[in-house]
Amino acid sequence: MLTILIADDEAPARNRLRDLLSDIAEINIVAEAKNGKEAIDLAVETKPDVMLLDIRMPLMDGIEAAQHAQKLDPKPHIIFTTAFDTYAIKAFDLNAIDYLLKPIRLERLKTAIDKAHALKPKQMEALKPLQKTRTHLSIHERGRVILVPVEQIIYLRAELKYITVRTAEREYLIEESLTHLETEFGERFLRLHRNCLVAALFISGYEKRQTQNNDGVNEQRWVALLKDIPETIAISRRQQHLVRES
Amino acid sequence: MRKNSRLPNLHNLGIHFRILLIVNLLTATAAILLSSQLDAFLPLLAELSAIVQPILLLSLLSLYALYPRINKLPYWLGIVMILLLEIGITGSVFTFFNHLFSLITIPNIYRACLMTSIVTSIVFYYFHLQQRAYSPAIAEARLQALQARIRPHFLFNSINAVLSLIRSQPKRAEAALEDMADLFRVLMADNRDLVPLAQEIALCRQYLDLEKLRLDERLKVTWQIDDMPPDALIPPLILQPLLENAVYHGIEPMAEGGEITVTIQTRHKELHIYISNPYIAQNQHVTGNKMALKNIKERLNLHFDLEAALKAEAKKNRYAVHIRLPLTR
Repeated sequence: MLTILIADDEAPARNRLRDLLSDIAEINIVAEAKNGKEAIDLAVETKPDVMLLDIRMPLMDGIEAAQHAQKLDPKPHIIFTTAFDTYAIKAFDLNAIDYLLKPIRLERLKTAIDKAHALKPKQMEALKPLQKTRTHLSIHERGRVILVPVEQIIYLRAELKYITVRTAEREYLIEESLTHLETEFGERFLRLHRNCLVAALFISGYEKRQTQNNDGVNEQRWVALLKDIPETIAISRRQQHLVRES
Repeated sequence: MRKNSRLPNLHNLGIHFRILLIVNLLTATAAILLSSQLDAFLPLLAELSAIVQPILLLSLLSLYALYPRINKLPYWLGIVMILLLEIGITGSVFTFFNHLFSLITIPNIYRACLMTSIVTSIVFYYFHLQQRAYSPAIAEARLQALQARIRPHFLFNSINAVLSLIRSQPKRAEAALEDMADLFRVLMADNRDLVPLAQEIALCRQYLDLEKLRLDERLKVTWQIDDMPPDALIPPLILQPLLENAVYHGIEPMAEGGEITVTIQTRHKELHIYISNPYIAQNQHVTGNKMALKNIKERLNLHFDLEAALKAEAKKNRYAVHIRLPLTR
């Protein structure tokens, strides 16, 4: 028995896939999602063998969902479906990745499922989502994958091997490079310190504080005050112009 | 709309504006040529203008008034009539002014009339060239090429939606296919002539019914068209592509969907059409949108010249398009 998850924002498109899949033997649809985020959340619960992902979906598109899905265990096989999206198809052609064009034919769906094999991570990375930046960060935690909306992130701080992702509720750890995150989300975050990116929208003000530096000497330094959490972020000397500009 | 005559449409404000511009440019050129020094230029221009402007104004008014008659004549006869009219106007204005004060720059009436004839010829030669550039054949070819093309995205998604209905709701599938047939009949038709507004609205409703099939309660449309004149003439497929844009950029990217509003009003013999949709700046697809807008702008331009305009702007969370065009029936 092959378990399948369907993700498409349009109800008729989901119905159509369900109809078609019901004509194929040995198939069990375990979940249906209306967007990429829902697809990942449901995939965490249901661990499907195959994910049928529409490319153009609200909240999170199919390509971003496929990239987050690479952190799932076991890794599901991904098959993309799309009506017509020149941009996306171009991306696929470059990477020779399989996709189904809507309206989907039964035979085509059968072959795709028969030979569905996981994409290599490299191919997956090379795919560009429809949106320039990810809408969510996926966090691998005790065998689960948690999606954190980028707009809820207050700061990102590099710590040794990991990066701490702070939201109003809690902290998460991810393995990515801060520089990479800065290039991707540069419009949203300010680099207040060598190791810290802070979301501009969450900065409520700046204050001068007495702090001890590495040599144990007291000195005056600027810190950023944050909305929703009591923590403060120290601003490095090189970034103090940000305070003046604000 | 367009007559067979190759005369410019002298009831069009854009044409009058161009005449004004050309004549004044020529006047300024004359002033430059005549003035020996830079500081002589302005007084000279004022002096020339004193006689040129009354002639110009009278000409525009009489051309506007006589256009329906002149337009019935063959082209060459029409031009001859206009030349005679111009010479007549120049003669009278000149004589009238000569009584009041002596004109130094333009010493005699024959030269004045000759100059008017030359300027008139230049103006109409310009229109002749312009018309050749936009000649009926070329303009039609351009209109044909500009015909709004429905997004393949919409076509394939709709077919997919209809396929999904065939097994469970055959009746709805039938209705949807009928809507699609109507829509494509219009899309593939010869779309060069103006159509009644009511017809375009009906087409839009069929289109939106099809989109509703896919998007269901995510798509909400509010029509504020009680004051609309149903028989007003507009270029075909002006509204439908804009609604398609609104759905593609405003509704599809929203998980919860949103509302499209269409408002149509008449004010001062002009038709105003407003379409607005929800909008999030961050997840816009850059391509596509501009194409449809550019296309509609160009078609409005071919039909109405400067009398029609299209404005599009994003403010806060809504994207709004405003079309203004002359009210014709």
